Amino acid sequence: MTARVGVVTFPGSLDDGDAARAVRIAGAEPVRLWHGDPELHGVDAVVLPGGFSYGDYLRCGAIARFAPVMETLVDAARGGLPVLGICNGFQILCEAHLLPGALTRNQHLHFRNRDQVLRIESVGTAWTNTFQPGQEILIPVKNGEGCYVADTATLDALEAEGRIVARYVGGNPNGSQRDIAAITNAAGNVVGIMPHPEHAVEALTGPSLDGLGFFTSVLKHLVGTPA
Amino acid sequence: MPRVVVDVMLKPEILDPQGQAVANALPRLGVGDVASVRIGRRIEIEFTGEPDLDRAREIADKLLANPVIEDFTVRVEADETADANS
Repeated sequence: MTARVGVVTFPGSLDDGDAARAVRIAGAEPVRLWHGDPELHGVDAVVLPGGFSYGDYLRCGAIARFAPVMETLVDAARGGLPVLGICNGFQILCEAHLLPGALTRNQHLHFRNRDQVLRIESVGTAWTNTFQPGQEILIPVKNGEGCYVADTATLDALEAEGRIVARYVGGNPNGSQRDIAAITNAAGNVVGIMPHPEHAVEALTGPSLDGLGFFTSVLKHLVGTPA
Repeated sequence: MPRVVVDVMLKPEILDPQGQAVANALPRLGVGDVASVRIGRRIEIEFTGEPDLDRAREIADKLLANPVIEDFTVRVEADETADANS
């Protein structure tokens, strides 16, 4: 059976098409989900894509969090559904309190758009289990509000519990605390990542194929999960 | 009609790069005695009936502010005052 991976489109989502394409290249069936529809249509996992949902008004992700699809998704994620939030999706996961901390304006105030090296530090999550611990990957980063902040106790807990999934290597593009690029929840099913794995799945357009690992990981995770 | 004013500010320990950028620009205006600038957000809420501070507080806590990085205050402001200041 082919795994079905939902990709949510909010008004202002930009990378939903690329995310769906990455799901397909990884060997799963992408299912387009709509922000105004509370149904998850029986998907096995969900990607919240990058972009500027609801114009990023108020704060990035603040209004998207109250979309009808999110109410269902928050419950499903607490129940173990694998969810990957990329860029704006990461911001939405923080605003929805599925992940701790918040993403704030890049410290230098510039939008950063470049290929970025990351070190994968946690391979126990639903989205990173095909990587090697310490593996360095190259994927695009493009954000204006990617500076991860949390209080010291939260940061220490993330470190102690192995919940920092990836860190920036060779220069921090946004001032993110402790060079954090990606984190996970305690159960490891919800991952938020600021750079864009879905843009690094094909040689024609990406700097590498390293992003594909996130999508093949969730398929491997689903095979190992009893339905 | 009286309105509820919500002021949202970044917590003191959170870096405010926008405020810093403004502070760094002030010497160019010949202003040299400003120690720091912090930028927040003011939201004005008009209820259809009487202003409801508890309801406004709930709105602020759930949506207008992110308690992870921001603090907020809520107060009722009479319309006359606002007009006099404008």
